[in-house]
Amino acid sequence: MTAAAPGMEFRPNTPGRFARMAVQRTRIELLTFFRTPELVFFTFLLPVLFVIIFSTIFSGELEGPPGAEKVEFAQYFIPGMIATGIVSAAFASLAMTVAVEQHQGLLRRLSGTPLPRSAYFAGKIGLALATSAMEVVIILALGVVVFGVKLPSEPMRWFAFVGVFFLGVATCCLLAIAYTRLIRTSQSAPAIVQPPYLVLQFISGVFLQYSDIPSGLKVVASIFPLKWMVQGYRYVFLPDWVAQDDYGGGWQIERVYLVLAIWFVVSFFGARYFFRWNRGQAD
Amino acid sequence: MTTAILARAIRKRYGELDALRGVDLEMPQGEVFALLGPNGAGKTTFVEILEGFRARTSGDAEVLGVDPAHPTATWRARVGVVLQSAGFFEALTPLEIVSHFASFYPAPLDPVSVVQMVGLSDKANERCRNLSGGQKRRVDLALGIVGDPELIFLDEPTTGLDPQGRRQIWDVVQNFTELGKTVLLTTHYLDEAEQLANRVGVIIRGELVEVGTPREIGGRQQALATVTFSRTGSLADKPLPEGLAAEISDDVVSITTAEPTKVVGGLARWAEALGEPEIPELSVTRPSLEDIYLQMVAASEAEGATP
Repeated sequence: MTAAAPGMEFRPNTPGRFARMAVQRTRIELLTFFRTPELVFFTFLLPVLFVIIFSTIFSGELEGPPGAEKVEFAQYFIPGMIATGIVSAAFASLAMTVAVEQHQGLLRRLSGTPLPRSAYFAGKIGLALATSAMEVVIILALGVVVFGVKLPSEPMRWFAFVGVFFLGVATCCLLAIAYTRLIRTSQSAPAIVQPPYLVLQFISGVFLQYSDIPSGLKVVASIFPLKWMVQGYRYVFLPDWVAQDDYGGGWQIERVYLVLAIWFVVSFFGARYFFRWNRGQAD
Repeated sequence: MTTAILARAIRKRYGELDALRGVDLEMPQGEVFALLGPNGAGKTTFVEILEGFRARTSGDAEVLGVDPAHPTATWRARVGVVLQSAGFFEALTPLEIVSHFASFYPAPLDPVSVVQMVGLSDKANERCRNLSGGQKRRVDLALGIVGDPELIFLDEPTTGLDPQGRRQIWDVVQNFTELGKTVLLTTHYLDEAEQLANRVGVIIRGELVEVGTPREIGGRQQALATVTFSRTGSLADKPLPEGLAAEISDDVVSITTAEPTKVVGGLARWAEALGEPEIPELSVTRPSLEDIYLQMVAASEAEGATP
């Protein structure tokens, strides 16, 4: 039998093959995403609406200590919008699409092939990086052009911009994949994904000044990544005196990196452990 | 000949329900085996255990030398799977999906020819959400074979297809088997089993009750033949030859016999003598695979009803 020969030489676990599969998966995920108009629309509409509503309702500025530059509300809320936009694209909509793919048996099909699950995860991360990046660009463009938001000038702050972005997106994706284990039917996906995300948005200071949040809730918020992503982006966009008010001291950007890195590692193992190719049918 | 599939006493329990009660199957490489059985008999459960999608409760299994309970990527590359039903990549075209799946395999077939083989060339660039059920079924088959597997599982491959589509799928499967590949298929269509399979197995209520070639299964070869003809024209109302156990309804005469040649010879002489050299609507039939199968299912159900 000649057919056995290529199978015998097949080395499924080389880095080169993983990279090729990851690129293939990302390509197909992007193709699918952009051919599903309702997905595109809702992924990008929400943050745009938030920016417009917030910047319109809360026109005004934060007074700093004497002599310090004032901060426009639009400038103050933009970092939270960016952070929550990433969570929306990389966690909420990803968890829901993975759940649907599981329950419709799409993933069952993939599991019948030699595709490694890590490459499937990589494709999801690739998709989320792309959609989150577009979301961030839309939010920023709107903020800068319409509401006069100022971009950072120091390289360290741009570095944090990019660093929090990559750590945040990858963590949210892996967390979403692990989280799908809790979703028992595809109809229940929004009901299981949205509430924790909504609550975290409030207690992490996305819609409020972080200093206004009761300290008990702050403790809860500090456990989860969203608070740290918001804090990281506030560091990027706001003068240092805001950190005194909001976070009781400095920006603690090193701690932001550390917490997100821990979450990344936890989510990575969580995704590996909890992910199932197939749900919905008894087995 | 090496063994492609070896299953010993496969059992599957779902709580109180025994879905499979000890199924044995040995398939040499290159064989095409068709599993028949009513809905809920355990066909899909059995096949999915061998495909590595379901855990068995007990028993031993080896598929291409590997225990399917522990599938590896190398093994997956050698096994093609066409599921009975699976979700669809609605936003992509058949050619895009087949090309994408091809990229997972070490030595895939050419995606364009695969799409052509399953008869989808003119729909190759149509979004899947616009395809009919039968066209989607062809995409399923294309995805199962694009990795150029040594062994293919086909779970009801032609359900939902029109007769022409079914023949086309049969051709694809036959092309594969001519290359020495092994096929395990489940089907409701007896003609499909007869057309494609070297051997047929009937699963009823979790047990493989009968295995044999399509020609001999259920003692089909030894079964009595039925000679029928129409007693019309100059034969109308004429008494039949002596010693024939015939059943007559209206004009149609049927004779069940172990010696159909002798019966037909006798009838020919009788008709000739009455001035009718051609007996109207004369035919000799043996029970079809379908008749045998339905008898088996009925017998087993009667047995199940009175434990």
